[in-house]
Parts: sequence; C-alpha cells; structure tokens
Amino acid sequence: MTTTAPTRQAAPRSAVRPAVPPRRRGKRRGTGLAALLFLLPMFAVFGVFSWLPILQTAVMSLQETNLVDTPEFVGLDNFARVLDDPLLWTAVRNTMWFAFLALVIGYPAPLVLAVLMNEVRRLRGLYSALAYLPVVVPPVVAVLLWKFFYDAGPNGLFNTVLGWFGVAPVAWLQDGGTAMVSLVVESTWAAMGGTVIIYLAALTRVPPELYEAAEIDGASVWRKVWHVTLPQLRGVLLITFILQIVGTAQVFLEPFLFTGGGPANRTTTVLLLIYNYAFASSLGGDYGAATALSLMLAVVLALLSALYFRLTRSWSTT
Amino acid sequence: MTDRGVLSSHDRRNPGVRSVIATVQGLLLGGLLLIGLGPVLWLAKSAVTPTQDTLRAPLALWPNGFDFANLVTAWTRVEIDKYFLNTVLLAFGAWAVQLLVAMTAGFALSVLRPRYRKLVTGVVLATLFVPSVVLLVPLYLTITDLSLINSFWAVWLPAGANAFNVLLVQRFLDGLPREVFEAATVDGAGPLRLFVSVVLPMSRPILGVVSVFAVIASWKDFLWPMLVLPDPAVQPLSVRLPALQRFVELDVFLAALAISTLIPVALFLVFQRLFLNGGALGGAVKG
Repeated sequence: MTTTAPTRQAAPRSAVRPAVPPRRRGKRRGTGLAALLFLLPMFAVFGVFSWLPILQTAVMSLQETNLVDTPEFVGLDNFARVLDDPLLWTAVRNTMWFAFLALVIGYPAPLVLAVLMNEVRRLRGLYSALAYLPVVVPPVVAVLLWKFFYDAGPNGLFNTVLGWFGVAPVAWLQDGGTAMVSLVVESTWAAMGGTVIIYLAALTRVPPELYEAAEIDGASVWRKVWHVTLPQLRGVLLITFILQIVGTAQVFLEPFLFTGGGPANRTTTVLLLIYNYAFASSLGGDYGAATALSLMLAVVLALLSALYFRLTRSWSTT
Repeated sequence: MTDRGVLSSHDRRNPGVRSVIATVQGLLLGGLLLIGLGPVLWLAKSAVTPTQDTLRAPLALWPNGFDFANLVTAWTRVEIDKYFLNTVLLAFGAWAVQLLVAMTAGFALSVLRPRYRKLVTGVVLATLFVPSVVLLVPLYLTITDLSLINSFWAVWLPAGANAFNVLLVQRFLDGLPREVFEAATVDGAGPLRLFVSVVLPMSRPILGVVSVFAVIASWKDFLWPMLVLPDPAVQPLSVRLPALQRFVELDVFLAALAISTLIPVALFLVFQRLFLNGGALGGAVKG
C-alpha cells in the first residue's frame, strides 16, 4: 500500500496547483550521483544511437563514403550531385503532392469523426474500437492487403464495387493519375484511428461551462462547434498538423511496397530516393548523397515546424 | 471527465434533435463497421477461402468452399511460425529497453531533478525534431561497425532512443504529488528505494501506455529491421511478408497476412481500455 492520507487528498487531476512549488535546495548531496546513475541507460542509448548518428550525418554529407575505403572529404559535392539529380525534383513534387492529398483527405476526417463520436452516449467503446482497429493492423499487412484490393482487373475488389455502379475498372496503382491518391487513401485508413483517439481525449477536456455559456447566448450546434470545440482543440490540432506534415514528408512504406516508386517515378518520394541512394541494389552505396539529401529534408522539416509555431503564436497573441 | 459534448441534455430531449442524432449515429456506426472492421473481416474470410474463389468474386460474402488448410500450410510450410517468433522476440526486447531507458531517465529528470535537468530535457526534446530518416544511414553504419547486423540488438537498442517515451514519463511523473516523494525521503528512502517502491507502483498507467506504444511500434516497424536483419532466418513478419508474396500462392499468402494480424488485434481487444484511453491518464493516484 503506497497510498497515504495526503495522496488521497490530492485529486489526481486537480486544476489547482500551488503557484510556486516549494523549492528545496541543498541537503540532498547523494541525489546528484544517483541522478547521473539513473540517467546512464538513457545517455548510453541516446548517445550511440541518436546523438552521435545525428552529428555523423553532418560529417558524412561532406564525405565520399563507402564501406571499404577511408572516407574522403569532398566538400559540397554530394549536395551538388543530389541537387543536379532530376529525380530529386520529381521526388520533391511527389512528396508535396502526397502531403497535400493527405491534408485534404486525411486531416479533416479524424476530426469530423471524433466530434461526431463524442456525442455518442451508448456503445461509445464500440465506436472507438472500430475507428482504432485499422491502426493495430500491421502496416505491411495493410499495404499488402490493399494492394490486392487495388487490383487493376475487373474482378479487383474496388473495381467490383465500381462495376456495381457501371464504372469501368480503374488501374489504381498502375495509372500515374490515381497511384498517389490510392497510396494516400490507404495511409489515411491506416493512420486515422490514432488521431481520432487523440481528439476524443482532447474533447473530454473541453470545459462544459463554455458550451453552457454559448447556449445562454443562444448559439446553435454549428456555432458551438465552431466557437467552442475547435478553439479548445487548437493546441491538439496544431500538434497533429505538424505531426502529419512531418510524417507525410517521410512517407516510405506505401510507395516502397505498393508501387516501388512507379509508374514512371510518379510515386517516388524523397525518402524512397534516399533509400535508393543508400541501399538499392542498382544505385546503392552512395551514402554521401543519401545523408546529404536526408540533411536537406531535415532542415526543410525543421523550418516548416518553426515557421508554423511562429505563425500560430503570432496569430494567437494578436 | 465531462458528461456532455456539444449537445446539451436539453437538446437531447428535443424529439427533432433526437431523430437527427439517431440517424447520424446509425450512419456513423455503419461507416465505421465498413471501414474499420470490413477489411479485417475480409482478410479473415479470404484466409480460409481457396484462391480461385477470392480471385473470381472477392466480395462474395460466403465462399463456395472453405480451405482451412491454408492456415496450416502458412504456419508450417511457409514457416510463419519462425517469423512470428522473431516478431515477438523483437517486440519484447524493444519493449524492455524502452521501458528501462524511459523510466530511469524520467525518474532522474522529474523526481531527482539534477541541476542540469533543463539541459538534458532539451537535448532529448531536440531529437524529437530530428526526423528519423536523418539517422538512417549513420545508424546503419554504426550497426555495421558494431557487427550487430543480423542481431536482434540492432533493433532493440536503437528502439530505446525514443525521446517521446522519456518526455511522456517525465510529464507523468511531474504531475504526481511531490509530497509523496518527500514523505518517502523523510522516512529514509534512498533514490533506488524511492524508484522501486514508490515511483514504479505509482507509474502503472504510464507504464501501460509506454508498453503499448513500444509493442505496437515494434510490430509495425519495417524499414529498420529490413536493413539490419538481411538474413531471412532472423526477420520479423513485417519484413518477410512482402518477400513471401512472390513465391506463395494467394490463399496461403492471405492466410499468412491474417496470422500476422491476429496477435495485434487480439492484444487490442484484450487491452482495449489501454489503447483507447491511453491519452487520458486520470486516476494515477489510486491505491
């Protein structure tokens, strides 16, 4: 029993906190060493598998590296070579197209679902479970399954459905026009449940007094959603937005397994290109180019998040 | 926990509103059944359907014949059992490493509070903003240097470098009443005892959340295990399945997909509350 009287009194989710936590300095000499010891696993794992590789990326992007010879400094050659690669601009365009489609299709869907589901009073668990189920399907299984659904023949699963409405079969993944949309639809299906759960959790934290105040002012349901629910979710919406941009900019699994970048490089994304530079059997082994491109991608992503944070901050203060 | 959403109880008593709610919720449930459960059920059906049936009429509700041998063939002849075990081992190790790193670090930063706590938190937080792709090549070369290729450690150890876990645990511990820690310290508990007897038992909710994230992430992982585990004998399902597609008949392949989905879905159904209430960490200080 660890529960003592004072704990029981402290409400688990108390809104009231002491304004200034009592500071206790000195008289804890042993804790300095103990803290260091407790931090040791983290320092070791992060050091070797996170902090060091991050620094190495910067160095390697300036080097010509293969696994045999000693690395040789080549200045900005790797960057120049990557920027000269016409495939890079194709990959950038494709990735932006994927991100855009994911924003149009994948961003509003979980929000709408969550707001609707939050009004459900009976069998709520069932709704959440159904929405979340695709998330627990392993992504590789999901892609391979959907690859079958997207079969281009008239007996393909989606084409069968289209056939009921007299629509001719679509070559989902083989057609340059529909390939990317097909990828986005699958990845939205696969990821949506997680976001729904995040929104549902955030919705329970919306203070009911705000709705009541809006009702006293005679607000309609729609106005309550617009003026109470959405503003209250602003923080979460910002987080999921950034997460989605950062995530879609790194999309790999779908193009890699669905199309391998085809048809005619229409679904080659930046990450797929990085993978190809470093590990593909045909090109492969060009670690310099791969790190140079990943570094550029990282900078763009960091700028995007920084810009977005700044924008939203200035909007919310003015 | 609020017991109301956009609609007030007054709204809910209005018969017009009620019928609209009923309609919307009916559609919502139907849609969720179709998109959430539909593909999974389809996979379950197709796993025991002969290839010809699945190809000819993929949407037939009831196949002409059942072929339960698909599952057996997949499990034994296609050696799904082996890849399944690999997947479990990979998930288990990644889980253990992540839990160890996140709990010890979270405890040190949040409860022991060394003076450099802000700095360390900052450096950990910073890795969140570094997309994992940046690490891909140097991390791969690190693994090569350490001769960990084809070793499970190549997956387990990097999994521990998860800033999200550390921050999650830290934030959770920050929210616990400090009086408990102080009381324990006054009673003579050292840091280790404080960690084992006070903080760990109080951390059950966050342990659950981190565990779920860890197992799910490991089960999902594809690119990294594919790179560092080139030997099929040590590969998890996620890496092996795309390769199998090329030389296994469709019905057996779909059976293999179904088997791969079974454990995560079963885990989800059993620990549903953990998955679905993961964000809400209320009731942390219950006895």
